[in-house]
Amino acid sequence: MNRKYYGKTIFELSHPGRRGYHIADTGCPESEPLPEGLLRADAPRLPEVDEPTIVRHYTNMSANNFGVDSGFYPLGSCTMKYNPKINEEMAALPQMAALHPNQPESTVQGALEAYHTLQQLLSEIGGMSEFTLNPFAGAHGELTGLMVIRAYHRSRGDHGRTKVIVPDSAHGTNPASAAVAGLKVVEVKSRPDGTVDVDDLRALLDDSVAAVMLTNPNTLGIFETHIPEIAEAVHAAGALLYYDGANLNPMLGMARPGDMGFDVMHINLHKTFSTPHGGGGPGSGPVGVRAGLEQFLPNPRVVKNADGTFSLTTSDGSLGNISATLGNFAVQLRALSYILSLGREGLMKAGQLATLNANYIKESLRDLYKLPIDKVCKHEFVFDGLADKSTGVTTLDIAKRLLDYGYHAPTIYFPLLFHESLMIEPTETESRETLDEFIDVMRTIAREAIEDPELVKTAPHDTPVSRPDDTQAALTPKVTFFDL
Amino acid sequence: MHRYFPHTQADIEAMLARCGAGDIRDLYSDVPEQLVMRRDYEVPEQMSEQQVREYFKGLCDKNQPLVCFAGNGFYNHYAPSIIDAVIRRSEFLTAYTPYQPEISQGTLQYIFEYQTMMATLTGMEVSNASMYDGATATAEAMMMAVSHARKRNRVLLSATVAPAVGAVVDTYASYHGITVDRIAETDGITDLSDMESKLAAGDVAGVIVASPNRYGIVEDYSGVADKCHQAKALLIMNCVASDLGVLRTPGEWGADIAVGDAQSLGMPLNYGGPYLGYICTTKSLIRKLPGRIVGATTDAKGRRVFVLTLQAREQHIRRDKATSNICSNQGLMALYAAVYLSTMGAEGLREVAEKGYHGAHYLASELEKTGQMKLKYPERPFLNEFLMSTDIDVDDLIARCVAEGILPGVKTSEGEILIAVTEINTRKEIDRLVEIVKSVKGKMS
Repeated sequence: MNRKYYGKTIFELSHPGRRGYHIADTGCPESEPLPEGLLRADAPRLPEVDEPTIVRHYTNMSANNFGVDSGFYPLGSCTMKYNPKINEEMAALPQMAALHPNQPESTVQGALEAYHTLQQLLSEIGGMSEFTLNPFAGAHGELTGLMVIRAYHRSRGDHGRTKVIVPDSAHGTNPASAAVAGLKVVEVKSRPDGTVDVDDLRALLDDSVAAVMLTNPNTLGIFETHIPEIAEAVHAAGALLYYDGANLNPMLGMARPGDMGFDVMHINLHKTFSTPHGGGGPGSGPVGVRAGLEQFLPNPRVVKNADGTFSLTTSDGSLGNISATLGNFAVQLRALSYILSLGREGLMKAGQLATLNANYIKESLRDLYKLPIDKVCKHEFVFDGLADKSTGVTTLDIAKRLLDYGYHAPTIYFPLLFHESLMIEPTETESRETLDEFIDVMRTIAREAIEDPELVKTAPHDTPVSRPDDTQAALTPKVTFFDL
Repeated sequence: MHRYFPHTQADIEAMLARCGAGDIRDLYSDVPEQLVMRRDYEVPEQMSEQQVREYFKGLCDKNQPLVCFAGNGFYNHYAPSIIDAVIRRSEFLTAYTPYQPEISQGTLQYIFEYQTMMATLTGMEVSNASMYDGATATAEAMMMAVSHARKRNRVLLSATVAPAVGAVVDTYASYHGITVDRIAETDGITDLSDMESKLAAGDVAGVIVASPNRYGIVEDYSGVADKCHQAKALLIMNCVASDLGVLRTPGEWGADIAVGDAQSLGMPLNYGGPYLGYICTTKSLIRKLPGRIVGATTDAKGRRVFVLTLQAREQHIRRDKATSNICSNQGLMALYAAVYLSTMGAEGLREVAEKGYHGAHYLASELEKTGQMKLKYPERPFLNEFLMSTDIDVDDLIARCVAEGILPGVKTSEGEILIAVTEINTRKEIDRLVEIVKSVKGKMS
C-alpha cells in the first residue's frame, strides 16, 4: 500500500476532446434516427480521458487500498482467506465467459455440468440433499432460505407461521432478511457465552413460529453444544431450523450442518470457498435443503438426466424466481476450482487449521485483552477491548492503530453483546510467523495505551488519510462529484 | 501440507502447546461426539493446477460459444482490455467492504465515481453503491416505494416489463405482503388508460415500467410521471444502462427511481453473472435508498476523503425494522462500470448505441425482405432489439443457426423471436444470419 494519498477523481482528469476508445465501423447502412422526443437532451457528464491516463488513475487509486494480498486481514465473520489465483483464470475462460444465459441447453452442457457438480459438492459438505446456486450473496441466500421455509409451510396449509426466532447475537442480516421475507422477528436472548438457552427457546416455540435461524459456531466463535436438543425442540414445534453459513469455515471436515439437524442453510462462497470479496461483491450465497424440501427451491434448477446430460427445470412447488439467471456463475466457477484444488485432504484440514489459528491468537493475548468468554473458540473469538480499562483507549482506537502497523482491523463493535467487541478471525491461510507478528503488535498497542494513550487515540498516523469526519458526511451528504 | 496452508507439523505442535491442547481435535471437544464426522468427504482427491486446468478444459469443450444476437436484457458489448487489467489488481479484488476508510480510499473512491456516473447516466441525483442485478434491483425499488408510501402496499407493473424481471418482482412481493397488479399492454406498449384507471383506486405505492421494454420498444412515457404523482405513487423506470447514452433518461421522464441492469456496460455474459444492478433516485428519497452509499467528507488533516455514509438506514442498524437486507454486493462490478464509462465517455456510449441501432434496423429490414419474418410491432420505435413474428418453427431456426455457430435470438413464450444487435456484430455476421433464415422453409414463402 502506498501511504501517500492519491485522492483525485477521474472527473478531475477530464479534458474535452480526449477519448479512451475506438470502435470499428460495422459496415451496416445508417437508418433514420429515433424521434427527438425519445432521446436525451444532453449527453451524460462522463469524463473524457485517454487510455494511459485511465490506467494510471486506477492504479494509483488501488495503491491506497488494502487487500488480503497486501497483508493480514483478521476481519471477524468475513473469513478473509487467501484467494487462489488459478480460480481467477478458470472463471475467465472464454468458453465459459462468452455464454449467453438464454443459450440452448445443448450448447451450455459444460456450464450446466459445472453448476451441477458444485451443487453436489456443496450438498456433500453441508450434509444436505440439494443446493441452488442462484442467490447472489449471503444476505440473498438468507432471504431465499426463508422463502423456502415459508413455501414449505404454505404447501402444508400451515399459514399461521409468521415468526422467526433469531438470537440477539445474530448477524444483522438475519433479522433484516426475515423482515424482507415478511416474517416477524422474535429475539431470543443469549446466555453470557452467546449460546442459546434451550429453555428460553422452548418457551418461544409454538405454532406461530416458521423458523429458528442460527449460526453455529455463533458470532462469538462458540459452538452450540446443545444443537441436537435445539433441533429436536424446533422440529417438535413444527418449525424448521435455518443455518446461517457465514461461520461454516471451522466446521469443514469436522461436522456437517445437515447432521446437526439443520433443514435449510446458505453458504457464502466468498467466505468459506475462497472467492475474492471484490471490495464488497460479487459474492454468491448458495442455499441447501434437506431431503423433502427440494421442490421449494427457486426456479430454475439444474438437473442431471438419465443419459448424463444436464437440463434446466422448474417445479410448481417452487418459491418462485429470485434471480433472472442462475446467479453469479463466474463466482461459482471460482469456488469449484477451489474445492477441486483443496480436494478431500485439504477440505478435511481447512477448518481445523482455522480453529487452531484463532485459538493461538486468543491464548497469546488474553492477559492484555479482556476475554469475556473463556472457552475454546472455533474460527473466531471476541475480546471486549483492553483488559486495562483505565487508559480510555477504545476498540476503535486499537483498530485504527493496527492500520499504522500494516494490518487490516478486526471487526469492531459487533456482536452487540459487549461494549467494546473486537472480533478476530485469522483463517487457515495465515502462517505462524504472521500470527506471531500480529500478536506482538497487539501487545505493543496494549503497552502504548498505557505509556502514550494519545498516540493510540489519534491513530492512524501512517495511512494514506487520517480519520474521516463521519458526522459531516451524513449531515450534508455529498454523494456525487456534482455535489462537491 | 496443502499449498494453501502454511503450517508445518512443528508449527502445529508449538501452537497446540500454547493452547494447552494435545491434538487439534481437542479444540472441538464441545462438538457432541455423534455430530463429529467419522469419514472423509466424498470429494475427489486434491488436484494440481494442471489437473484443474484439464478438468475445466473438459467442461469448456462441452460448451459452444456463439455469435450472439440474443439480448433479452443481457447484451454482448465489447469490453476494452484495460477493464480487466484494472479490476484484477488484487488491492481491489481481494479487499472487503471499505469499513476502514483510512486504508480503503481506492474502493471508496471508485464507488463515488460509479455513483456519479450512474446518476448522470440515468438523469437522477443520487445512486447507491450497486445492487445484485437488474431484476432484484427492481424488486428493491418496489419495496422502497411501499416503504415510502407507508400504508399503501399495491404496486402496478407494466405487462411490457421483461418477464424475467416481473417474475422476481412477483416473488419478493408475495413474501413481503405487496400486491402486484399488471398494467395491460396494447400493441406492444403500456396501456396508459389502464394504468390511469388502476391508479384511480388511490392505493398504489409505485408504478413500474420499462424502456426499452420486453420487445425492445422504446416507449413514450410523456405525462406518466405526473399521473403517478397525482395518485401519490412513485414512478419506477427500468432501463438498460448502456442505452441511456442516447435515450431519454428516467430523470427526464420524471421518474422517482431508476433501476436496471448495468451488464450492458461491457460486462461479459458469463452465463448469467456476475452482472450489476443499479438503483438511482432523487435527493429527497436518499434515506430510503437500500444498500451502501459513499459520500465525500474531510479527514483530520482537512483533505477531501471518502467514507461509507448514511449507514443508519442499513440492515445492520435497523435489523428487524429493515426494508432491505442488502449489504455489500457487486462492488467489483461497480469498478467495472466506472472503468468502462471512463473509457467510453459520452461519445463512446453514443457510438455504441448508434452502431447497435443501425445494425438492428438493417437486420430487421433484411429479415423482412426474406418474406419469412416480419416485425411484430412495425410502427413502434426500437433501439437495438426487436421482436419478429414468423411462421418458421423458431426452435428449428435456432438449431439451424447454432449448427452454423450463431445464436439468432431468444424465443419468446409466444413462439416469436427477440433479436438484438450490438456494435460487436458486423454486417458480415448479419448477412450470414439472413442467409440462414432465407434457407429455412416457412409458410410465408
